[in-house]
Amino acid sequence: MVAMENPHAHAPQGFIRKYIFSLDHKVIGIQYFFLALTAVFVGMFLSLLMRIHLAWPSASVPLFGEIKPETYLALLTMHGTIMVFFVLTTAPQGGFGNYFLPIQIGAPDMAFPVLNMLSFWTTFVGFVVILAAFFVTGGAPLHGWTGYAPLSALPSAGPGEQLGADLWITSIAIFCVASLMGALNFITTTLDLRAKGMTMMRMPLTVWSWFITAILGLLAFGVLLSAGILLLMDRNLGTSFYVPLVVVNGQVMGHKGGSPLLWQHLFWFFGHPEVYIAILPGMGVASQVLSTFSRKPIFGYRAMVYAMLSIGFFGFMVWGHHMFMSGMSPYSAFAFSILTMCIGVPSAIKTFNWLGTMWKGRIRFQTPMLYAIGFVSLFVSGGLSGPFLAQPVLDIQLHDTYFVVGHFHLIMGVAAIFGMFAATYYWFPKMFGRMMNETWGKVHFFLTLAGTYAIFMPMHYLGLAGGTRRYSQYTEVAYLAKLQPLHVFMTYAAIITIAAQLIFVINLFWSMFKGPKASDNPWEATTLEWTTSTPPPHDNFGGVTPVVNHGPYEYGVPGAAKDYVMQTDPVSVATH
Amino acid sequence: MGLALMVLIWLITLISTYFFVAKTWWLPVGAAASTGFIDGQFTLTFILMGIVFLAAQLGLGYIVWKYKETPSSPPASYSHGNNTLEITWTVLTTILFVGLNLMGSNVWASQRFPREADPSDVKVEVTGMQFAWYFRYPGPDGIYGKTSPNLMDPSAGGEAAVGLSHTDPAAKDDVVTGTMYLPVDREVDVSLRAVDVIHSFFVPQLRFKQDAVPGLNIHLHFRPTAVGEYEIACAELCGLGHYKMHGMVHVVSQEDFDKWLAAREAEKQ
Repeated sequence: MVAMENPHAHAPQGFIRKYIFSLDHKVIGIQYFFLALTAVFVGMFLSLLMRIHLAWPSASVPLFGEIKPETYLALLTMHGTIMVFFVLTTAPQGGFGNYFLPIQIGAPDMAFPVLNMLSFWTTFVGFVVILAAFFVTGGAPLHGWTGYAPLSALPSAGPGEQLGADLWITSIAIFCVASLMGALNFITTTLDLRAKGMTMMRMPLTVWSWFITAILGLLAFGVLLSAGILLLMDRNLGTSFYVPLVVVNGQVMGHKGGSPLLWQHLFWFFGHPEVYIAILPGMGVASQVLSTFSRKPIFGYRAMVYAMLSIGFFGFMVWGHHMFMSGMSPYSAFAFSILTMCIGVPSAIKTFNWLGTMWKGRIRFQTPMLYAIGFVSLFVSGGLSGPFLAQPVLDIQLHDTYFVVGHFHLIMGVAAIFGMFAATYYWFPKMFGRMMNETWGKVHFFLTLAGTYAIFMPMHYLGLAGGTRRYSQYTEVAYLAKLQPLHVFMTYAAIITIAAQLIFVINLFWSMFKGPKASDNPWEATTLEWTTSTPPPHDNFGGVTPVVNHGPYEYGVPGAAKDYVMQTDPVSVATH
Repeated sequence: MGLALMVLIWLITLISTYFFVAKTWWLPVGAAASTGFIDGQFTLTFILMGIVFLAAQLGLGYIVWKYKETPSSPPASYSHGNNTLEITWTVLTTILFVGLNLMGSNVWASQRFPREADPSDVKVEVTGMQFAWYFRYPGPDGIYGKTSPNLMDPSAGGEAAVGLSHTDPAAKDDVVTGTMYLPVDREVDVSLRAVDVIHSFFVPQLRFKQDAVPGLNIHLHFRPTAVGEYEIACAELCGLGHYKMHGMVHVVSQEDFDKWLAAREAEKQ
């Protein structure tokens, strides 16, 4: 055999190869993290403008003037798209997954470092393209993040549906390509690069969650990519995949025979798994953090793995529950509805197991733990509105109302973001070599938890009362006008909560330069990233290949010297 | 810290629950035959999910307070889980979720499965377009006349908006209006259409919602049971004017309905 030079042995020199076009998964992870951080502030700012408009439709916003209905719809579309793709999909998987998956399985890097770099820079291009939609003639599209055809397919259907809509769908297509590259890399890395002794059933639950998310991404993004290309063709090449014969504003369009429902099927075949792509890494982080800070092994490790696998499996069979009111066959609603209820079961198992993990533990309340506990609370609250929406008969009343908006924001929005906050506070010391400020972390947590509930819980009341979503103002329909006080309350809550996020940003950047130096294992945790130096060397373990002897969550082991046994500790201590 | 967290979680839980239970904002009073079933299934789901919500959140608050680390707290229990418990809660959740779903399925079937057309049904065709609703009654012949995309002129409103044929004999007695009139306690056979993009015909008080999709003609039925005026709100994002795409359903006595329809027919001649 020819001896191969270890490509990870030497760190690259020079600023560009080290920080810009880096092949190091840690640098790429941090690049993804900052991309998502930028995106989340853009997305959050858009939501602030939306909330101001919803509460006071004729108010003039400094620098923007009055927000018109078409501007509101453009904000709504861009908020959804940026948040779902460039935040919820980018940070948990591309950011933390990239940084910690290789280290947690004892690998020196991802399986395909060049592909990894390409995947990040492709995502970056996608982000630039979507931002460009704001600045072209006609502005950003108004068809919502779900882009239902024919609205999204017809340039004459509304302002923003011209070049803005082309850029929107192009950006999504670029994002799909990037995600497919990332997914391949994650799957190969997990299967091929595990250290000696790191069996699948010794992998931290975070690794399982990134692995399963990657499989979902591989299967889902390909479909969205194809759907997006067909939409571009309908828009620009005169095809009719999604558009039947329609008359817009008295003009007969040149399309014929297409099916608007085809777009919905393809979109939601991606869109539902996407929900799990956003939340699974959060589940992984919550499990990791709850176990670490309860000083107790995770309750039901195998059940947690099987639950995530079955969530992934069922996740591909429930897309039709977004379409109960779409004109799809009422018989198929039965199947989609039962399968949706089934997916509630593994979600419930996970919740029980998180509570079981804390039960009889010794809970330490550092900021990562607070966010993991908040995650569980939000996951429960957002999850329990699921069985309402999963019943087609209740969807007659609730579909396309704020009840749905409250539901998905709590579970795939805020719960997933709490997962990211937990991950940030937890791994920051390893990534940046310094500790974040605990006091401000706690202040940030309490404001954010109370604030997000104050924003999103009233949406359920609004939806029950028939409050339709995607209305730029509640002034034109009498029964909706009566619900306006709820909108005003939610806007105040949003302003306070958004302001509280400045605490996080300041803490993040201040700590990066001024925080106290972090030790190698500040949380007394057990997984491999805590066995290496802080921050880890270029090849992660300084030329050593770790050997794994224990499961990932060995806390409070009777007979052990400390209250935790690290995965690489010698076999002398009996764990199981 | 454990205490503060417990207090916050409990407060959030209790305040949220209060506004549900007090019904400060609740389903609008129903005025259709399906109200009882739909609201019943809703209440059942609400009670069951409410119990789980309270148990899980209050339990979470209690656990974080009870098991906080103090100098005197006992060592954490070394346990990797319990299979009996896992199986118990898996089975219980499955029964709860799937059972709940099956209970609601009858109602869905009665509302949405295709049914034999009954000659005594009131027939109305609902057409959605940016940003208005039009309602067409087939007239004494009971047959909708032809419409043509080439004749559609939204700016003209009424018959011209839906592109009603000038030549088809069946179209002669068709009545097209911008407001929906229905007789009380009669089964209504609705045909839903859209000419440009997807709209959704949502009448909260009639417990009715259905997307109107270009290229499809969707048949559904419902029965209003109380005289009154009910607002229609478009429930599918259809463009710039989505927020003002509303309309009215006037549910009136049979007598008033007949008079109204006769007057429209007379106007047409």
